[in-house]
Amino acid sequence: MIADNETLKAKAASIWDWLKRWLEPTHLAALRPQLTFQTGVLAGFALLASVLLGMTNCSTEGAIQQRLAEDLQHSLAEVVPPEWHDNDMLQDTRIIPSAAYNIAADATTVYIAKKAGQVTAVCFKLTAPDGYSGAINMIMGIDRNGNLLGVRVLSHKETPGLGDKIEVAKSDWILNFVGRSLENLTPAQWAVKKDGGVFDQFAGATITPRKSVQAIYRGLQLFKAHQAALLQD
Amino acid sequence: MLPDAYRKIAADGIWHNNIVFGQNLALCPLLAVTGTATNGLGMGLATLVVITASNGLISLVRHLIPSEIRIPIFVLLIAALVTLVDILMNAWAHELYKVLGLFIALIVTNCALLGRAEAFASKQPVKEALWDGFMMGMGFLLVLVALGAAREISSTGTLFANASLLLGESFQFLEVTVIPNYKGFLLMALPPGGFIMVAFLIVGKRLIDQGLAGQKTAQVMVTPPELAG
Repeated sequence: MIADNETLKAKAASIWDWLKRWLEPTHLAALRPQLTFQTGVLAGFALLASVLLGMTNCSTEGAIQQRLAEDLQHSLAEVVPPEWHDNDMLQDTRIIPSAAYNIAADATTVYIAKKAGQVTAVCFKLTAPDGYSGAINMIMGIDRNGNLLGVRVLSHKETPGLGDKIEVAKSDWILNFVGRSLENLTPAQWAVKKDGGVFDQFAGATITPRKSVQAIYRGLQLFKAHQAALLQD
Repeated sequence: MLPDAYRKIAADGIWHNNIVFGQNLALCPLLAVTGTATNGLGMGLATLVVITASNGLISLVRHLIPSEIRIPIFVLLIAALVTLVDILMNAWAHELYKVLGLFIALIVTNCALLGRAEAFASKQPVKEALWDGFMMGMGFLLVLVALGAAREISSTGTLFANASLLLGESFQFLEVTVIPNYKGFLLMALPPGGFIMVAFLIVGKRLIDQGLAGQKTAQVMVTPPELAG
């Protein structure tokens, strides 16, 4: 055993010595012009980078999923007040077809809020695919009677300083939707003021709020089409 | 004080050989994110970290890299590094990632990183390379903030709007309205405004350089009579 240990140590030391000599700048300078060395170095770096990235990805995948779930939970809490439900909305979901509603998804996941077993509200993400400079991703909460509990913009690419007033952090415009429904506004009123509706547009940016209003209107229609099914316990 | 070599690296990074003013590099991320001073600051900070790390890494392995295939290796290392920072921040600094995440991915498009790897890090020891990366990053950060501030003031009349989202509530004092009741000037918020403003900044830098050079020659001419007197 002892002899084994010592030969092992000696072997390790010789490998270490060889590695140190191999890594000497002068030795590497002699190797660099060789084609085999170049191939090996490129392959080595590629391997190293892929292994490192793969390992990082695997070890952080769970944490990232967790963070995304927390983000979703925060967004849900923005549009459905916590006192409205006692269930875990992330677990209580339904999937409804939404291809006909032009919200950039063929199927929409609906998060159901229940209190004491009864459905109090639903919540889902929707996208206005036709914003001024790309899609506007939103989340909306609707109570069981079809009144909006709240709408929030999750992400968008609208013009900074003009179209970004749809964010609640920059303007309270989006809060105007609370309490609105298909019943208490006529279809013509579901528009920005410029188009004869009740919602403000922004100075210098009409398309962003117009398309947001239209998408929210389509979201309410989607809810109405599936209202009976979604409200079943 | 710093040794001369380090001071020269710092002066090059911040002023003489500044990424934007001196090398005219990194214009894509520069114009893309400088709509506001806050965005400029976010992009600047993210770039500062990655360019310092990439300079250090490339300097560390510089003897291994044959000059014939250096570009693919630099690109590979920089892309891996950026992706690594992106993943790790998403997992462990998620709040910051939500604000800076957009900028991290954009750093891959920053040719200044490749430029520094090629021109400096692949030829210099690790310590110098780290310092060069840091100073180049600082120079870039300052330009981003200056350009962002100029565009933000001229387009919306505010400065550092939403800085508290990026830096935390304690930095709310940075958010000021420079021109109250400003009607807004959309052009400056859009990409053409970025080009126009960066041109003004480059002209400004050249004028200052010219002024300094003029002063120097004036001093040289003035000195002898003073000595005589």
